[in-house]
Amino acid sequence: MTKQNAIALAVLALVLLFIPRLFENPYHLGVLVWCGIYSLVCMGLSLFMGYCGQISLGHAGFCALGAYISGILTTKAGFAPFPALVVALIASLVVALAVGLPALRLRGHYLAMATLGFGVIVYVVGNANPFGLTGGPSGLTGIPGLSHEFSFFGLIRNEEERWYYFVWAIVLVLMVLLLNVVNSRIGRALKSIHGSDTAAKAMGVNTAKYKVEAFLLSAALASVAGSFYAHYVRFVNPEPFGLAFSIHLVTMVVIGGMTNLWGAIAGASVLTVLTEYFRVFKDYRLLFDGLILVVIMLAFPEGLFVGMAKKLTAAVRRTPVRAQAVAGASGKKA
Amino acid sequence: MNLGTLMQYTFAGIKIGSIYAMVALGFNIIYNTTGIINFAQGEFVMLGGMFMVSLSKVMPLGVAFPIAVLAVVVIGCIFERGAIWPAKGASVITLIMITIGGSFLLKGVAMLVWGKSSFPLRSFSSEKPLRVLGARIEPQMLWIVGVLVVVMVLLSLFFRFTLTGKAMRACAANRAAASLCGVSVDRMVLLSFALAAGIGAVAGIVITPVTLIDYNRGAMYALKGFAAAVLGGLGIPTGAVVGGLVIGLMECFGAALPFRDASSYKDAIALLVLLVFLCAKPSGILGRAAISELKKF
Repeated sequence: MTKQNAIALAVLALVLLFIPRLFENPYHLGVLVWCGIYSLVCMGLSLFMGYCGQISLGHAGFCALGAYISGILTTKAGFAPFPALVVALIASLVVALAVGLPALRLRGHYLAMATLGFGVIVYVVGNANPFGLTGGPSGLTGIPGLSHEFSFFGLIRNEEERWYYFVWAIVLVLMVLLLNVVNSRIGRALKSIHGSDTAAKAMGVNTAKYKVEAFLLSAALASVAGSFYAHYVRFVNPEPFGLAFSIHLVTMVVIGGMTNLWGAIAGASVLTVLTEYFRVFKDYRLLFDGLILVVIMLAFPEGLFVGMAKKLTAAVRRTPVRAQAVAGASGKKA
Repeated sequence: MNLGTLMQYTFAGIKIGSIYAMVALGFNIIYNTTGIINFAQGEFVMLGGMFMVSLSKVMPLGVAFPIAVLAVVVIGCIFERGAIWPAKGASVITLIMITIGGSFLLKGVAMLVWGKSSFPLRSFSSEKPLRVLGARIEPQMLWIVGVLVVVMVLLSLFFRFTLTGKAMRACAANRAAASLCGVSVDRMVLLSFALAAGIGAVAGIVITPVTLIDYNRGAMYALKGFAAAVLGGLGIPTGAVVGGLVIGLMECFGAALPFRDASSYKDAIALLVLLVFLCAKPSGILGRAAISELKKF
């Protein structure tokens, strides 16, 4: 991990630690819990989209798998939340492998459509109530919440704070892991695939293997986030996991910038905060997601924050040079 | 299953399959000239139905039909000039996100304009069903199949006998060469979006009396239409029709399979076919692998 990343992580951890002392209203903390849950999905998706140069329009499907399997196992099979999460994770990985192995031979449009189709299939199955498991459109109720045992020596005072610390601790731990992945041999291989599939192959990179691995990793994160969702809301129905959610996730990643894991957290948080606090964003989510995607893709194809950061640094670098040149020119005149 | 029920499912399959075929034709036209899969294709279908519903309240259907189609064609052109044209030379992933974003934008605007409710539309002619081989056919089905045939005939005449149509085919075969021969590729791309929007709108207008229409209908038509296009071989017009009908029939017979709640899985069938074909034979039934290799995938 680079020095900047380590410092950024430490600062983020410190800020996150003290935020609950600033907001006494649990509603605000709840919004931050959502930011954390979405960040989890977006980190995986950002890795897949940005570092791998592929697109998935079906990640809502993996979230739904995690949420439903966790929900079904805890309510109907008497599992505790954590083992249920692990089973859901393994099941999602198997499904991701089944979808990913053949589909990742595909690229571009075909892969986008294949993942889109997968997402809609999960949605349809959730709605159809197979064997009475998913509860159909009315969903599953009575999913248990997070265990009350975590209290961190009295630091945690209520349910929202427990969720807040739990989710963000996981986000930070995974961030450390993913930053290491990105800065390793695997990360460089993924970046080379983004640059050019053919060139990467020619350099001896097993592109298919890395693509499948990145896809599996992103599906795993989505599944875990889905499990968290189920236990946090204590209720799962198909409605939130439709096509619109897959696109909402892509929009978050695009806002943050696709080649940056920090961007994933930033994008997820910004969009979540906007939709939570401004009704207009919630009511016209489709409209805003569409508008944001088109405008950002036309103006900053690398993503909003990354694109803006690049323009800014370029501007900053340019200014002193020009100032010197001007000073030099005026010096000559004098 | 007796003959009557069998025919009933067959007719239902042909009816909805014709719609998928028209959506698939729209995908093909844009794909052939630009190499882009236009994810917003389903929104053209939705907009066609929506405009028709609104217009039909103030004028006869015969007058409303061309106006509704024209309105969607204009939107298709604006979409191309506003979102596709500025992104010239962008990567495939960027273009995917632009058309996806565009489709959500259109969907969002439709929600803003028409709200979230579903709208009915009166049938084009009498609603008295005809009896054929023990099955009932609503006259609207004849309209749908008839419109598909007319669209197919007009399209093939256009591509075969008009200069513009030939120019578009030249564009599909080789853009650089077409441009060297004086074909304005830019204009052909715009025209392909106009054509695809028009065909989508027609599909939306003829299906609305059967299924109703709401702002959120487009995505399913797009997905199934794309499944039809892939099944038949992307870029092949006859493939679109074959694929559309096959998917329509599979859906209707799938819904009749003898297990519980079979009909709730109806929407998954087309997508399952899509996944299987994408993975096993991306070139489709009628396509050749070599051709699909040449395209930008």
